[in-house]
Amino acid sequence: MEKDRVIQPCKMLIIGGSAGSLDALLEIFPKLKPSISATIVLVLHRKNSIELMLSELIASKTELPVKEIEDKEVIHKSTIYIVPGDYHLLIEKDDSFSLDFSEKINFSRPSIDVTFESAASIYGPALTCMVLSGANNDGTEGAKIVKENGGIIIAQQPETAIVPFMPESVIKNVEPHFILNIPELIEYINSL
Amino acid sequence: MIDDTEIGLLLNDVQERYGYDFNMYSKASIFRRVNRLFSLDKFMSFENFRNRIISDNDYFKRFVEEITVNVTEMFRDPLFYKTIREQVLPQLATKPFIRIWHAGCSSGEEVYSMAILLQEANLLKRSLIYATDINPEVLEKAKSGIFPLSYLRQYSENYILSGGRQDFSSYYSANYGSAKFNELLSERMIYSTHNLVSDGSFNEFHLIMCRNVFIYFDKNLQQRVFQLFDSSLETLGYLALGSKETLKFSSISPKYKQIGKEKIWRKIG
Repeated sequence: MEKDRVIQPCKMLIIGGSAGSLDALLEIFPKLKPSISATIVLVLHRKNSIELMLSELIASKTELPVKEIEDKEVIHKSTIYIVPGDYHLLIEKDDSFSLDFSEKINFSRPSIDVTFESAASIYGPALTCMVLSGANNDGTEGAKIVKENGGIIIAQQPETAIVPFMPESVIKNVEPHFILNIPELIEYINSL
Repeated sequence: MIDDTEIGLLLNDVQERYGYDFNMYSKASIFRRVNRLFSLDKFMSFENFRNRIISDNDYFKRFVEEITVNVTEMFRDPLFYKTIREQVLPQLATKPFIRIWHAGCSSGEEVYSMAILLQEANLLKRSLIYATDINPEVLEKAKSGIFPLSYLRQYSENYILSGGRQDFSSYYSANYGSAKFNELLSERMIYSTHNLVSDGSFNEFHLIMCRNVFIYFDKNLQQRVFQLFDSSLETLGYLALGSKETLKFSSISPKYKQIGKEKIWRKIG
């Protein structure tokens, strides 16, 4: 029953993004407060050519520590982690990351669905997942499972996304808890 | 959905019945792969799934092939291969005979990549490449040297980025959508099953390649396999890992020195 539901503080925020999402992130990151206590994980589709600069680019835009994930790395709070290109990311029960080089999902590696699903089974209601701009429907299946496990789903308001297809797919199929524009996304993340 | 308790039961069954121990694999990876197979093959209940695995040897083969990840490509991470070409092979060239171990070689794409490098360095004739995997089915694919032609364009690009100067298509013959690699390359390969969890060292090597295998193991198993490799590697031999794997946190780390930025370490102690 709803009244019995214990509101859990968010332990992990996973942001999934594809085409057009980097623009949103570069707007969001400079406005994030270092007081955020949740772990932030970025699952971004991108061309391999952008690989070398992605961590540095994001690190230059935020006061929070930014790190590209290494296999079996222990998960820290108040840190932005970036999933390396061409790997999927899984979450272990002992609060560490595992990388995975299995089949592409939704033509993507990293796949947003893979990380959403894995984290849902570990964090349940203490998980928040955000879907930003993108041209495919990666993230939708994973968001369903996150929601079933009690987690929070947020979609970027499609009108504010450069490529609205991905957040639209989540809105159509999952009924997210929140649909937010960029300033609202910033405010939400700063509350975590 | 199959939960953690059920997965525990299943892995114990598999160990008792077949002798394969998956208990030290990454929990998150096993959870995902088992559930993926369960829904892929449309089982109605965990009991059906469990019984099928215990009672049907052929289905168990499928289980192993699907639980372990068999995604690989030729010249994956071209700059890694460039470093092998430019920095490792010249050192190996000083040996009268070169022994290489590809551990967890899957369907063999990286084994053929290595054979091409050795051939181009004029070392293949005095090399032996031992290629092992837990999974007998994928070793058959590797032995055949036949890969889907549709991937060859990407492989050819990787090859060129790795410093390859030959006509890549001279290494295979194309036929009915497949590319069959020259037997000249596979002559120096020895394929065998080997389980990194339970099998020991079987030779001393000058180079051990084990790329994108450690990521599927938990930390304890990683540690054990590092020790296995250490005891299978000659002093001044090389250990090569996947691009996001490291031996930095393992107990053998003080004896090893990394070669540049690539995930290649040399045993110096």
